[in-house]
Amino acid sequence: MSNSGNPNSSDPAITSQPTLLTGAETLWATLVGEGVRDVFGYPGGAILPAYDALRKFPIRHILVRHEQGAAHMADGYARASGRVGVAVATSGPGATNLVTGIANAMLDSIPIVCVTGQVPSKVLGTDAFQEVDITGITLPVTKHNYLVSRTEDIAPALREAFRVAQSGRPGPVLVDIAKDAQQNSAIFDFEAAAPAPYRPHPMLRADSTSIREALDLLRTAKRPVILAGHGILHSRALEQVRTLAERGQIPVACTLLGLTAFPASHPLNLGMMGMHGESWVNQAIQQADVLIACGMRFDDRVTGSLATYAPNAKKIHIEIDPAEINKNVRVDVALIGDLKEVLETLLPLLPKRDGAPWLDAISAMKGDAAVRDIQQLPDNGHLYAAHVMHDLWRETNGDAIVVTDVGQHQMWEAQYYKHDRPRSLITSGGLGTMGFALPAAIGAKVACPDREVWVVAGDGGFQMTSAELSTIAQEKLNINIAIVNNGYLGMVRQWQEFFYDKNYESTPLLSPDFVKLADAHGIHGAHVRKRGEVVSTVQAARKHDGAFLIDFHVEQEDSVYPMIPAGAALHEMIRRPAGNPLVETASKA
Amino acid sequence: MLHTFVALVEDKPGVLTRVASLFRRLNINITSLTVGNTEREEISRMTIVAEAAEDRAHRIMASLYKLENVLEVDDVGRHSAVVRELALLKVASGPETRADLFQLAEVFHARIVDLAPESLMLEITGSASKIEGLVQILVQSNHKILEMARTGRMAMRRGHHTSRVVEALGDATPHTESALAGKPKHVALDLIAEEDQHNSI
Repeated sequence: MSNSGNPNSSDPAITSQPTLLTGAETLWATLVGEGVRDVFGYPGGAILPAYDALRKFPIRHILVRHEQGAAHMADGYARASGRVGVAVATSGPGATNLVTGIANAMLDSIPIVCVTGQVPSKVLGTDAFQEVDITGITLPVTKHNYLVSRTEDIAPALREAFRVAQSGRPGPVLVDIAKDAQQNSAIFDFEAAAPAPYRPHPMLRADSTSIREALDLLRTAKRPVILAGHGILHSRALEQVRTLAERGQIPVACTLLGLTAFPASHPLNLGMMGMHGESWVNQAIQQADVLIACGMRFDDRVTGSLATYAPNAKKIHIEIDPAEINKNVRVDVALIGDLKEVLETLLPLLPKRDGAPWLDAISAMKGDAAVRDIQQLPDNGHLYAAHVMHDLWRETNGDAIVVTDVGQHQMWEAQYYKHDRPRSLITSGGLGTMGFALPAAIGAKVACPDREVWVVAGDGGFQMTSAELSTIAQEKLNINIAIVNNGYLGMVRQWQEFFYDKNYESTPLLSPDFVKLADAHGIHGAHVRKRGEVVSTVQAARKHDGAFLIDFHVEQEDSVYPMIPAGAALHEMIRRPAGNPLVETASKA
Repeated sequence: MLHTFVALVEDKPGVLTRVASLFRRLNINITSLTVGNTEREEISRMTIVAEAAEDRAHRIMASLYKLENVLEVDDVGRHSAVVRELALLKVASGPETRADLFQLAEVFHARIVDLAPESLMLEITGSASKIEGLVQILVQSNHKILEMARTGRMAMRRGHHTSRVVEALGDATPHTESALAGKPKHVALDLIAEEDQHNSI
């Protein structure tokens, strides 16, 4: 057993009555009161008082190898569980190392709270040892942050941080606590420190007029498409979106982060939209007459050229953040509010409609491009990433939490691993942070110890945070790792192939023997070079009690297809060249 | 176009940075920004004037509201409002030019607030165009402006309009040792209820 639970845990009743505590004790007592059981962190001078008090509280601390890992773990923890993830770091470099992870959480609206130590309040602003203005640095990448210099402000700031992180459109919050505030004592009163209730954004607006307008559009729609985004998970509106789709017989296209918000096997699910979406998904959007955007933000990766985006569609945008309305795409009806609440108002008024003609038309578009069952392909000796993803999906029954890094493998995973369970794909969407997968998977596994967790990473991104293998070993976490190793920074190489005359500048990548690297950490591993070895090795990894790393040596210069070049129209895609063993495009229609 | 926003914000360290940073991020230059006390100790009032395309007002307001310390935003440029600015002008002036400057001051309803052997100081309040008018005349009349300081615009809506936030707070108890002062001031709407609770204990 790893250090689950501390022998000297105090009574959870610590929050029940006002007590004199040090700031350090107050910090943990407040976290316990907020329901925190696990934190990811790294000690250091300015946060030492807090670490000194940690053993008195029923909190599991996972020691990371780099603070970026701590922030990503908190992020993965939050995505897997829906609860707030917590990262702890010291001042100065500890705090700055968090920044990439915080920005990642900001871009994907993930509720995390980062606690940093700060130099004593008396020397604030003097360039003291390991002092950095972390509230200043993180201002644009947090939803809010706090600089706490008095012990009595610790509990109110932390409690408000938890409220801010989770309410409205979620996001990361940082609480920077001066060392002396941790050392001094004050009365800790959990109840009195309660934050003021959530104050909804004053520009929320989903009134009866807008609802009626939306209903009118839906009622007369001939070719409607639902655009399913990450907000469905945040709002916990999965049932409502499903009802909307089923009652209206409306096909659903998902964003990358919305992929697990609607079951992949549902007959109305078209799949992923955007830059690497299937052609019929993007064609359906381009031909649609009504788009119902649910908790998504028309990111440039899903719209392609805005000038030609869904030119004939009336757009209904259901979104909790008013700043997203008309930001990229002008919409006709904006329902600004919590997605679940808006849909609950709208659904009872939505009549059933016959979607068959439109659904048939989309099915017809699939044509031979829909030949997705690559298992039928003869084994020609090559190992393609698509095979790996496909077999991984089959072998895990689509049931695992898959945590991907950023790049080609991320898109292949999105294309070939069919997710039916909510929150079963954890990936860095908005910021596109290489190095995310391994630490985020640790967070996911800590949050959901009973779930099967797979890391899917490229050989490039994996090396950015591979030090966290030690964390896996120390915490004895049963995480399986699939490295899609093509010897290149693959997505960059693909862009060089398409847009820079195959000038593969600085993309060929020498990597260590990942299996030996795993072995150095006491983690089992295996190389896979042939398609025939994929299934048996995945099975071996699943059977193995403990972490297991598989280094898949895949085709080196394979690309992700189809692809819409940045800035091109959604229907102008680059197709897989004919003659390639993956039949995705076959003949030209 | 020139947008004028009034923002009621919490009076805390760093709030100005958060607001300014938002405009920086949107790559919008702030023409003027004034901050000062309000009728309430815990709330500051900002008048922000910025040049941006007309359709950006919604985005700016929505983004301002996303800042936790911002309580209310009003796009006063779209309403009938009193907009004022104050300027101090130090003008080179000896005995021979003084009379002309006194005359100009009278026409512009400016005041002479300092008189030195070789200069005088004018104080003028009004709309930006009035101040710019005075500056233009001074320059054209070959007066040398040695220094100029302008406050930037302040704005207040005409009529009985009061912000929702302030309304919810009830009557003002300006600048006293009110019980509100020491409280976490986050959501103004709930302060009163919270105070009542404490009194009843």
